[in-house]
Amino acid sequence: MSDETIVLHGRCVVEGVAEGEAFVTAQTISGFGGIDPMTGTITERRHERVGESFAGKVLIFRGAKGSSGWASNFQTARLAGAGPIAVVFNELTTKMALGAVVMRVPAMTDLDQNPLEVIRHGDWVKVDADRGVIEVTRRTS
Amino acid sequence: MQLTDHEQAMLDGAEGAAVQQAMSLLTRYGKALGAERLVETNNVCGGSVGSLPNRRNVISQDASMEEIFSLLNLDSDRPLDIPPIKTMAYKLIEAGDPDFYDKQRVSERTQRLIEKNAEFCGRIGIERCNTCTPYQVGNIPTYGEHLAWMESSAIVYANSVIGARGNVEGAQSTAAAMLTARIPYWGYHIPENRVATHQIDVVCDVDTMMEWGLMGYYVGEAVQESSPVVHGLKTQPDLKRAKHFGAAAATSGGVELYHLVGMTPEAPTLEAALGHKAPQETIRFGADEMRTAYERLNCATSVDVDFIMLGCPHASVEQVRIVAKLLEGKRVSENTQLWMFTPKALKAHADRMGYTETIESAGAYLMSDTCPALGRVFPEGAKVVATDSCKQAHYLPATLGLETWFGSVEDCVQAAVSGRWGGTLK
Repeated sequence: MSDETIVLHGRCVVEGVAEGEAFVTAQTISGFGGIDPMTGTITERRHERVGESFAGKVLIFRGAKGSSGWASNFQTARLAGAGPIAVVFNELTTKMALGAVVMRVPAMTDLDQNPLEVIRHGDWVKVDADRGVIEVTRRTS
Repeated sequence: MQLTDHEQAMLDGAEGAAVQQAMSLLTRYGKALGAERLVETNNVCGGSVGSLPNRRNVISQDASMEEIFSLLNLDSDRPLDIPPIKTMAYKLIEAGDPDFYDKQRVSERTQRLIEKNAEFCGRIGIERCNTCTPYQVGNIPTYGEHLAWMESSAIVYANSVIGARGNVEGAQSTAAAMLTARIPYWGYHIPENRVATHQIDVVCDVDTMMEWGLMGYYVGEAVQESSPVVHGLKTQPDLKRAKHFGAAAATSGGVELYHLVGMTPEAPTLEAALGHKAPQETIRFGADEMRTAYERLNCATSVDVDFIMLGCPHASVEQVRIVAKLLEGKRVSENTQLWMFTPKALKAHADRMGYTETIESAGAYLMSDTCPALGRVFPEGAKVVATDSCKQAHYLPATLGLETWFGSVEDCVQAAVSGRWGGTLK
């Protein structure tokens, strides 16, 4: 075992602590018409992660796009038990902020390193939004 | 976040539990944004729903509207007594049109939810306009007015074409705004944030509604959430063109505010729109880019079209008139259905003018209150759809699994009559 740990610092958007497997996409995600909220699966036709689910994972992505139903779709995913357990994002918008609030999971942004470059799909990630710290353990494959 | 004494009192529960929850939600949302304060608003457009697909899956069969609104709109697990709202509020899209429940195959449960919601909206004071285009049916903001609107295609229109101030809100922030008359003072509410960051140099003719839509679709994907200024346009867009440009840009990206040099109120000149700074990026838009957008939207393989959808965003009176003219003396193919959507108030006008009769005589339908992508309403067995809307063409493959053609309104009506897609980009 030679697990490498990386630490990022940033701003707390929603308080809380959670850890799990990273679901990483450098693309934005559309809520309405971009995900199936009942399963947490990306459904947008030309998305790089189409067909993959972020349910129960730490969602690390560029940000929200598209319809104003973004927060509602992610709130629905939470109510369906298919939401992410924490979110980390680069671009702050109203959709993203409101979505983070109604997902009721730890959320962070404004990190000192670009999470989309540092964190890889499948890494183990602990998001401690209360302290503003993210710890990444590399997946050893 | 700084709260006034009145806002603090609402947060402390002075006006009851629902207002308290609404203020709590707004302060948590404001904190998430990094907003310093709230701003007063009397103009809210939102969705008080529970009837839409997926949303209706996560509420119990016998839930009261108070329970549904508390959970979905105020994010409260505890059912709250909802008092009459404080602001003017327009309701956005519903899950079905009561005049076409059979045609749209709206289930009995959804019909009951729609009716329950209607009664609830009436009781607390939400105008049941049931449209994505409030600005077409009487809610035309004034320049500089602070808004709390959801519906990305509506807010981009109000921000850009009118110069009103708002961000794309959601079902929860708009519900909270109705109960408190407040919304976070952030983003496009703040004058300094309204300057363009990306410059679009147009080097081709952009004239038809289809071309404006395609330019919006290309620009949205290129700039994502940024605010573009479009330079080099030769012709002023009208309502339908501006509506389609904004709706497309808000779909492929997250554009909430755009400027058209010499045409929109905050862009008297290119330099002024950019705030006298250099753009972060300059993007060319010419014939090649137009074709790229057209090809991205056209994902169908079969030319046998069984569904034509027009009116996304909901059609204006002029668009209804254009389609009535195109359909005059023609008959929609027996293998195809043409559904056009317009707000109920404009449908009443179309009835008066005889447009509805012309459209129905051709075997097509003029519907209201919903749309295929949001309500998941479409003709039984439909597999291949054609539409004149970039937004609908973008969403239909993902939401309904339909093969999709995008084209001009003329090509769409032609396809409805022949049953075959023959659209082109000239």
